[in-house]
Amino acid sequence: MNPIVVAAVSLLALINFRLLGGSRLVPIIHGAALQGALLALVGIALRELDTAETALAVGTFLVKGFVLPTLLLRALRQVEIRREIEPLVGYNVSLLVGAAALAIAAMLGGRIAEITTTHEPLMITISLFTMSTGLFLIVARRKAVTQALGYLIFENGIYGLGIAVASGEPLLVEAGILLDLFVAVFVMGIIIFHIQHDFSHIDIDRLVVPDEVPETVREGDPS
Amino acid sequence: MEFVLALLFAPLLAGIIRRTKARVAGRKGPPLLQAYLDLRKLASRASVYSSTTTWVFRLGPLITLSAVLVALALTPAGSMAALISFRGDFLLIVYLLAAARFATALAALDTGSAFEGMGASREMAFGVLAELALLLSLASLVGVTHAESLSGIAQNLGVATWESSAGPLGLVAAAFFGILLIENARIPFDDPTTHLELTMIHEVMVLDHSGPELAVIELASMLKYWLFAGLLVTLVLPVHTGVAGVDLLAHGVGIMVVGLVTGLVESMMARLSLLRVPQMLLAIVLLALLSMVLNPAGGILY
Repeated sequence: MNPIVVAAVSLLALINFRLLGGSRLVPIIHGAALQGALLALVGIALRELDTAETALAVGTFLVKGFVLPTLLLRALRQVEIRREIEPLVGYNVSLLVGAAALAIAAMLGGRIAEITTTHEPLMITISLFTMSTGLFLIVARRKAVTQALGYLIFENGIYGLGIAVASGEPLLVEAGILLDLFVAVFVMGIIIFHIQHDFSHIDIDRLVVPDEVPETVREGDPS
Repeated sequence: MEFVLALLFAPLLAGIIRRTKARVAGRKGPPLLQAYLDLRKLASRASVYSSTTTWVFRLGPLITLSAVLVALALTPAGSMAALISFRGDFLLIVYLLAAARFATALAALDTGSAFEGMGASREMAFGVLAELALLLSLASLVGVTHAESLSGIAQNLGVATWESSAGPLGLVAAAFFGILLIENARIPFDDPTTHLELTMIHEVMVLDHSGPELAVIELASMLKYWLFAGLLVTLVLPVHTGVAGVDLLAHGVGIMVVGLVTGLVESMMARLSLLRVPQMLLAIVLLALLSMVLNPAGGILY
């Protein structure tokens, strides 16, 4: 049992719980950033990497730890929201769901570890848990920013799975995903800004009627 | 041994917490032995019973004390085995503490006072989560040490165990400290010295008790505190020199340090709002659960 893995896995799991149980968005963004950076470091620490792979890992570290969070924080500042109010699933229930997800991930992780050549079954467990945390945040929160964050966290999980199961080559795949994610968050930032501009609200339930539409049309039927 | 130690020194531990809090606040504080004197004073007084109470009210404190005493008899003191030890006794200890809680809550409900009913309901609601956390922590320890009794766990714990599985053990230790605070109604979960009944959880349940019964309750809560501190010290400070005296001394000093730390925590933190308490409790449950998942030996989940 690699002590680095144990420490990293504990931290990652605790961050996941923080993400599930927190309502303020800024700490959640910080948490996701810390998680991404930590995963990149674990990737570096766990294996001997050649130059290209090291560059990729360092790139991941920078993008996930600094670039993406900065973009999200910028988007947050522009739309002037600080916390997720009235989530679809409450915070305590979210934590309980997280506990269940962790248990299921532990069972699945054990199974998957048996059929792969990994030395780190815990990494698989924690990656599955991180992925389910991300998915859950996408489903259970209302704000578009939180959902983008959920996507980011989900991707963290995929990266962790890559570290645990694959060696070398899939890091290239990871580079592709990272680029997608970069674009996604970037676009998200712009879109959120525009949504804010046009709709005065970024709760996804209320993205039905734009601000400019006159009051009479808004109240009456669409025809 | 834990049994004798606890009976002798539990009030001293209470004194240490009070003194620490007083010192941090810049006061001189009561003498260290004040808790003994308080117990003697209460024991020499007559009890006053409200006319609405029944035998349940009088039996409550006694059941609480007996349950805690039996639980103490099951608790090992560092490397020293407990008075009674058998396979699966860590489950019994959880149930004994639940029985103590139940008896206190029942006695509180028996008074018919609105405040006490409220306290009982809160105590039970938070107790469910605290119990779960305790059970998961102990289960995780069982997984790490491959022992099936509390004394066995204490025997198998050592520096080597900490080296091989520091992650799970550290998480359990953190969870234990949280459980220690909630089970003994300390800040940040509950304020043992507050005067506002509305905000109390545990203390409000004993408002109507007086005289010897109050002494019994006070003693039971001191012993309960000692029990949890003892479990924590057994986990964190596994001194196994082979010399019984040294081990025991280390254990005792460790427990006093826990008292000191509790006093410091209480001085530095404010009480959590009642709505936040379940969330903190859930966090403790999650710590325990995580430590089970981290267990390198595969543990119970796989």
